Amino acid sequence: MPSTITEKILARAAGSSRVAPGDNIWVNVDILLTHDVCGPGTIGIFKREFGKTAKVWDPDRVVIIPDHYIFTADEKAHRNVDILRDFVKEQGMRYFYEPDTLNYKGVCHVALPEEGHVRPGEVIFGTDSHTCTHGALGAFATGIGNTDAAFILGTGRLLIKVPPTLRFNLNGAKPEYVTAKDMILRIIGDIGVDGATYCAMEFCGEAVTALNIDERMTLCNMAVEAGAKNGIIEPDEKTIDYVRARTKLAFEPVYGDRDAQPARAWDYDVSTFEPCVAEPHLPSNFALARERRHIKLDRAYIGSCTGGKLSDFIMAARLLKGRKVSIPTFLVPATTEVAEKLITETVDGKVLVEIFAEAGCLDIAPPSCAACLGGPVDTFGRTQDKEVVISTTNRNFVGRMGSKDAPIYLASPLTVAASAITGRITDPREFM
Amino acid sequence: MIEKTDRIRGKVYVLGDNVDTDLIIPAEYLNLVPTIPEEYRKLGAHALSGLPDSYPPFVLPGAFQSEYRIIIAGRNFGCGSSREHAPIALGAAGVQAVVTESYARIFFRNTMATGEFYPFESVENLTGLFKTGDEAEIDISRAAISNLTSERTFALRPLGAVAEVIEAGGLFGYARKTGMIAGGVKRENNAHVK
Repeated sequence: MPSTITEKILARAAGSSRVAPGDNIWVNVDILLTHDVCGPGTIGIFKREFGKTAKVWDPDRVVIIPDHYIFTADEKAHRNVDILRDFVKEQGMRYFYEPDTLNYKGVCHVALPEEGHVRPGEVIFGTDSHTCTHGALGAFATGIGNTDAAFILGTGRLLIKVPPTLRFNLNGAKPEYVTAKDMILRIIGDIGVDGATYCAMEFCGEAVTALNIDERMTLCNMAVEAGAKNGIIEPDEKTIDYVRARTKLAFEPVYGDRDAQPARAWDYDVSTFEPCVAEPHLPSNFALARERRHIKLDRAYIGSCTGGKLSDFIMAARLLKGRKVSIPTFLVPATTEVAEKLITETVDGKVLVEIFAEAGCLDIAPPSCAACLGGPVDTFGRTQDKEVVISTTNRNFVGRMGSKDAPIYLASPLTVAASAITGRITDPREFM
Repeated sequence: MIEKTDRIRGKVYVLGDNVDTDLIIPAEYLNLVPTIPEEYRKLGAHALSGLPDSYPPFVLPGAFQSEYRIIIAGRNFGCGSSREHAPIALGAAGVQAVVTESYARIFFRNTMATGEFYPFESVENLTGLFKTGDEAEIDISRAAISNLTSERTFALRPLGAVAEVIEAGGLFGYARKTGMIAGGVKRENNAHVK
């Protein structure tokens, strides 16, 4: 019986020859990821249930990446990082990307693959819903809460149900003005915010294999916004090259059987796609950017695990080069590595940071989740009043970026950059 | 957290579809650590504070618990983040049951893991059949909810195995109670680490 890539990864992790959708199985965990917002609660439960002096199942398989509330005066936020530091020391963990040190990285879902912790065929759980990002490198990756994470800390295993696979065949040549963000917003618009609940979203087709790793991550990152358990892309040469460049650890990719049938499939011709937005207040509220040209904006935001990677900034820079923004434009590179590349990478011979500075963008912020989820009141980019925002982030629920009265339009870096120039929602083709 | 019971009775608070985790507990309160008792209490004070101001307050200013015991909602309840603070805030505020048409995956899993309240699914969408402030009673063994104000009764999907986990206080309580704590053996070899 042919199996999908998700089923095969889970079967291997469960020590089974085969698993089927609906099976409840115990899987061995390869990586557990946590950060400053959920780590302390997870540690609290771990100590309460396994004992104050208990040791985690494998300290080398726990990766702690503080990223949510870092550049803030909030005392509890600092206290939470202290809790993480104490635990890391006590457990002898080596993967702790500590703020205020040279080891600090930033947004966990960009740092995790950068630091070589994402390998095809492996099982990754994270105390963050956007853990599904890592399916982009052919892993099974999904978000869980503190209690499940504490259970993993103690046992190295978790009881999960095998998800059915929904397959999205994305074919055709992607136009240069269309991005992975437009592709995923179109899909979520079609199936709804609960259209993939409990399922694996598998992204295939020539338009997917043509994407670079950053763009594949953007695609899988938003699978959770359709309710999915995980997003996944079959590994190929690009995947292997990316991973080999970042880790010396051994790994064995898993591939789906060619004739494995998904529960349901959708076929798209990406050459017909257009730049789009998700209107307030759901990621499924699809609209074409060119049909929203009248919407006035107060702020543009480029950042987060969804839209703060190097490729996202390169896209924005292509549009902003030689032009000026007319609304406050907030830039937050996801990680220190992305921030460093903003100083060295060029578009048409001009360095990215110069392009942004000359365009009149605000000074680039240090890497973190920043205003994607609002955060403490002093967070960079946090909305405070009725600001209408267009953003490369992942959610636009009421109050998501801070203020309940600040509506959010989600869009690609190209669309956000174009809109920053005009001050209204703008299709990037106006500048391409 | 709640005690094992046959019936849940109390005032109802009605919401719509897609009640997301930013509504249930806004991100600014995620610096609170749920395993610290004082901060667990504070999470209750902020439960559903993300709702627009047009909604009646779920928890009155200055209080730590809500007067509403039962939440009735539509589809995809708890969508968004994996923050366990979300079901915890509702439980800390005194919610004993949520009755919704469907749940988002992580939120449902977190509710079961923490045992904070009973996560029921209704057979039909009940949001038009209850008003905020109505008095209701849930009969758990019959899998039914009665609107005592309108005197109508509606079917719920049976909780099945989830009920025992909630009654035991969540995942760890259940594991201890049934003698299965720690579901497995430490990994024998760390072959991946060369």
